Amino acid sequence: MEKKKGFFDKDSTKSVLSSLVAILFGLLFGLIIMFIASPTQALTGFGIMLTGGFQKGTTSIGQVLYQAIPIMMTGLSIAFAYKCGEFNIGVPGQYLVGSFTAVFIALKATFIPNSLLWIVCILGAGLAGAIWALIPGILKAYRNVNVVISGIMCNYIGMLLVIQGVKASIYNPSSAQSYPVSATKAIPSFGLDKIFPKSNINFGIVVAVGLCIIAWVIMNKTTFGYELKACGFNKEAARYAGMNEKKCIIAAVAIAGFFAGVGGAIAYLSGTGKTIPITEALPDEGFNGIPIALLGFSNPIGCIFAALFIAYIKVGGNYMQSLDIAIEVIDIIVASIIYFSSFSLFVKLMINNWRAKKKKGGNTA
Amino acid sequence: MSIVYFIFQQTLLFTIPLMIVALGGMFSERSGVVNLALEGIMIFGAFAGIFYMNFMQTNDIMHGFPLLITGLLISGVVGILFSMLHAFAAINLRADQTISGTALNMLAPALGIFIAKTLQDGMQSITFSNEFRIARIPVLTDIPFVGQLLFKNCYFTTFLGIAILFISYYFLMKTKTGLRIRSCGENPQAADSAGISVARIRYLGVALSGLLAGMGGLIYILPISTEYNCTVAGYGFLALAVLIFGNWNPFRIGLAALFFGVTKTLAYTYNSIPFLAAMNLPDTGYKMIPYIATLILLAFTSKNSAGPKASGIPYDKSRR
Repeated sequence: MEKKKGFFDKDSTKSVLSSLVAILFGLLFGLIIMFIASPTQALTGFGIMLTGGFQKGTTSIGQVLYQAIPIMMTGLSIAFAYKCGEFNIGVPGQYLVGSFTAVFIALKATFIPNSLLWIVCILGAGLAGAIWALIPGILKAYRNVNVVISGIMCNYIGMLLVIQGVKASIYNPSSAQSYPVSATKAIPSFGLDKIFPKSNINFGIVVAVGLCIIAWVIMNKTTFGYELKACGFNKEAARYAGMNEKKCIIAAVAIAGFFAGVGGAIAYLSGTGKTIPITEALPDEGFNGIPIALLGFSNPIGCIFAALFIAYIKVGGNYMQSLDIAIEVIDIIVASIIYFSSFSLFVKLMINNWRAKKKKGGNTA
Repeated sequence: MSIVYFIFQQTLLFTIPLMIVALGGMFSERSGVVNLALEGIMIFGAFAGIFYMNFMQTNDIMHGFPLLITGLLISGVVGILFSMLHAFAAINLRADQTISGTALNMLAPALGIFIAKTLQDGMQSITFSNEFRIARIPVLTDIPFVGQLLFKNCYFTTFLGIAILFISYYFLMKTKTGLRIRSCGENPQAADSAGISVARIRYLGVALSGLLAGMGGLIYILPISTEYNCTVAGYGFLALAVLIFGNWNPFRIGLAALFFGVTKTLAYTYNSIPFLAAMNLPDTGYKMIPYIATLILLAFTSKNSAGPKASGIPYDKSRR
């Protein structure tokens, strides 16, 4: 006798529930930390943080969307590779290579009309990211080099290459950084700035969400996506079933690199005057993709919501700066949310136990 | 000749912390727990040690060698405590070890800076003075060549690191507990059926990684700076690379760290080495050498590389 599955018996419900539990505990932990640091201001600060994304109405929402774009893309990049069983820790490098390519094209390719320029820049950046990701992909497929270690190496090589590239081509000596991409060459907002006035929002958010949806379709509705997932699940079995696991690894990592590169492009094409520094540091947006992917259960659609949530909290944190609480509390909260989200298996188990008990109770009644 | 000494000493400054942290990672992974949190543990361990040193130095309570030893102990103990967060998630709650490791990497710098700012009136960086360099050791420094090489302007931590390498080898390969650690990483079901508590052994593995990574963080920071900003510049991730490069084996980890230390030193001192300076590359070109060299070496040595079989998989009694 097959009974219809209840709402709480669905796996997706359990996943979302466990994420919500993680968020709740993470916020609670943050509140405790704030109380220890500054008992008088803790509640005010916490309130500001929670209402952050709505603090200044549509402007704040626009800022949330704007800040979500790069981490959405780096998160998607990690999630996509993760589904194929590879941990793409090379995201910061791919992101950086992408942003350099985008800024370079925007500044140097003056023959392209401004209306088309941003599209060329995004595509070029994506391609650059994909090529950069090919190195670990090919090394893994043909030489069995661990993707984590080659990714870390490629991060540093990419960072140094970008520094050299900036110095050689688009260097602004007076600020010791690259030149920014001017607002006229930036991604147009197509009226989004009317809906979210005074924010830095642009059409990039639509591109980012669109790519997440495309990634979901590839993953779940195509043969290719099925092969990728099969390779991630069990490489030997996939090969036995006639799939080319080398091709799968390379393709998955390259597509992941494409997403990371696009993220780098959109971040620098927003017309806010963002410039590429020549300091030897990897961009935060790269590593911040890891928690996005994890919070979104490596699901492309999940990445959209995870990125929006993290951006929401971060915008709230910015408004908190007037208080006497160090802004790092936001990072502490995000980190503890991630930490608690690793308990998802445990939470699911608890839900199962609770359901089992309830069913038993129902029978005896 | 003095350039040889200089390059050798620089190499040690890169190699020793990298090796110690990678050895820590080795214990964790050989026991079956992937420890991506090495970076975070380094950051937080170094934070505790340097905060302690700052307190002792500004209040003039303790200086020099005793301060170094107690600082290392504090870094190590705090490293253990911090790593227990990872152990609890990975072992008791069967968490995804990538997730909890990443969380700790994010938590460490945030918590460190938060505490520093809260206790220092908004000041983020913690200052300390480097009083730990040993200019010369009687008798030993007078040995020709070797004395100059090893015992002049040296750090105690160098010898500590070498000792840790040998102790790690002996402990992992020659003792009963070492065998148990290895068995839990390869086949925990078999270990369990032989009466070994998989959970306890894995806790031990993670604790050792916390101890060594915490100390390694302090050892890395001490010689290169006099203020600390809760960052170790990706050294924890490099240590992870060294661990894989060294194929999860103590002496090969030592070699891998040395290889990295040598290439990194060459990349920073190329001006004083004639054949490197003659290549006339841009500055960044030289700095790429360690990473490119590692990639090339890996491409030729990874064909049969494989980590501990059960590493990263939560132990489940009911599975075969």
